[in-house]
Amino acid sequence: MNEKVSKFAAGSGAPPSGTEKSCVPAEVRDLTKTYGAVTAVDRISFTLVEGTTVALLGGNGAGKTTTIAMLLGLVVPSSGEVRVFGEDVSRHRDRVAHRMNFQSPYVDLPARLTVKQNLTVYAGLYGIANAAERIAYIAQDLQIAPLLDRATGKLSAGQKTRVGLAKALLNAPDLLLLDEPTASLDPDTADWIRHKLKDYAESRGATLLLASHNMAEVERLADRVILLDQGRIIEDETPGALIATYGRETLEEVFLDVVRGRARAESGRAEGERKAS
Amino acid sequence: MSTARDRTEGAVPIVLVANGFGASLRRIGALLERYMFLLRSSGIRLLELIYWPFLQMLTWGFLQTYLAETKSPVAQAAGVLIGSVLLWDILFRSKIGFSTTFIEEMWARNLGNLLISPLRPFELVAALSLWSVIRLSVSMIPVAFAAYLIFGFNLLDLGLALAAFFAVLVLTSWSLGLISAGVILRYGLGAEELAWSLAFLLLPICCVYYPVSVLPDWLQPIALALPPTHVFEGMRAILLEHRFDANDLWWALGLNAVYLVIGYVVFSRFLVSARVNGTLLQLGE
Repeated sequence: MNEKVSKFAAGSGAPPSGTEKSCVPAEVRDLTKTYGAVTAVDRISFTLVEGTTVALLGGNGAGKTTTIAMLLGLVVPSSGEVRVFGEDVSRHRDRVAHRMNFQSPYVDLPARLTVKQNLTVYAGLYGIANAAERIAYIAQDLQIAPLLDRATGKLSAGQKTRVGLAKALLNAPDLLLLDEPTASLDPDTADWIRHKLKDYAESRGATLLLASHNMAEVERLADRVILLDQGRIIEDETPGALIATYGRETLEEVFLDVVRGRARAESGRAEGERKAS
Repeated sequence: MSTARDRTEGAVPIVLVANGFGASLRRIGALLERYMFLLRSSGIRLLELIYWPFLQMLTWGFLQTYLAETKSPVAQAAGVLIGSVLLWDILFRSKIGFSTTFIEEMWARNLGNLLISPLRPFELVAALSLWSVIRLSVSMIPVAFAAYLIFGFNLLDLGLALAAFFAVLVLTSWSLGLISAGVILRYGLGAEELAWSLAFLLLPICCVYYPVSVLPDWLQPIALALPPTHVFEGMRAILLEHRFDANDLWWALGLNAVYLVIGYVVFSRFLVSARVNGTLLQLGE
């Protein structure tokens, strides 16, 4: 049974806000997604608190991307509920879409268009009236101004990630969803991206939800970690509390314990024995 | 009502126009701009738009010339074959314009970005429809002009009926485009062939090059239930018998309204089905 309900939720276990509009960035209640006999997400519940960065951690197939896709309205839940800023995204995504954005290296921007053209199109789609000014600002901020007239398809992976981030920050989203934002980047570029994300979250008070396999990234960015395994929430803690609970030294060790099926007590005992010896 | 929201991020206030008719038009405009950028990015694409219809027109134009020399009374009627091929190309090119523009987003792995943006499905459909007409104009105006220069066939000789024919054919192409886009959304690029072949399904039944009376009795009601059939029958009536039946075209427009509704319902249902089945997560090559 997946009874674990986030202790970070405002009013844990309380029913979702119903028709009353909420400023809570996201509330997920008993969310389940099945594809035939396969359960990708299994009755998970959590609430994203405004201004926090939350990491979804888990092995391949743990349900991270499906969860994010349901928050974005790309996938309809089999049961349960997803509310973003108080709106049920399965039915009223259009009411909140302009307050969200998403970045993933697995979703491209049109390769033939220049960076500036792509950003102009997305500024239009997000309803940004002062598009030219906003693009100029964000290009400066993310150091992509020299790339603006280049075809997006001809950029390096690091440059594409920065451009993807520019698109994701165009509308200054209150809720930013990220799927492995630094996948396949060199350490320097990845570090730069993390710095920018942290800077954005802090300066704007935005809420970030990121799915990642990179433990250093999660430790650096996340206020809170939701560990998923086979579609279920196994843990929902701050990174420090998780490390302490498992008696480990890094989040990576905790992650390995979880994906290899070792329970808290077992890993704590093993750690105690290791220290004793 | 349009709602504007001033927000500050860094040094630049962001003016968001998120809801209302104006915001909707802005999003449709943004997509049209995207398609225009794409067309401008490749001269080959632009050339390709004209290349095939031009070859079609040349082939049928020469055939028409040959038949005229054989004293065939039907073929001698001015421009029946060229008229047929030009009108068929309006239907076919408009359908292709709709479908390939949609598929382009999947090739570019951009559909996910579009579908998480504030863009609404009907705005996507509106942009695809408008763009199909723009593409069609780029494609057909030079070819129709070439038909006049090379074979002396003036499409404008069809008079006001031409506008009605054009409307019927374009509306039919949108219905077909909606159905194929929906199927591709649901089943992925494996169903891409549908974008090219669906219009050809109509080719023998909607009597592009021959009258409805040629068809077997049981097939004739089916042919008459298709709006393009009325266009090709109408064109032959004008060119061969010098008469124009407006009622026939009203009937075709009415049929189109039904097919458009069906097309949009099919597209919407497949979009919902794609969201349920998670196929929007795996879109791309």
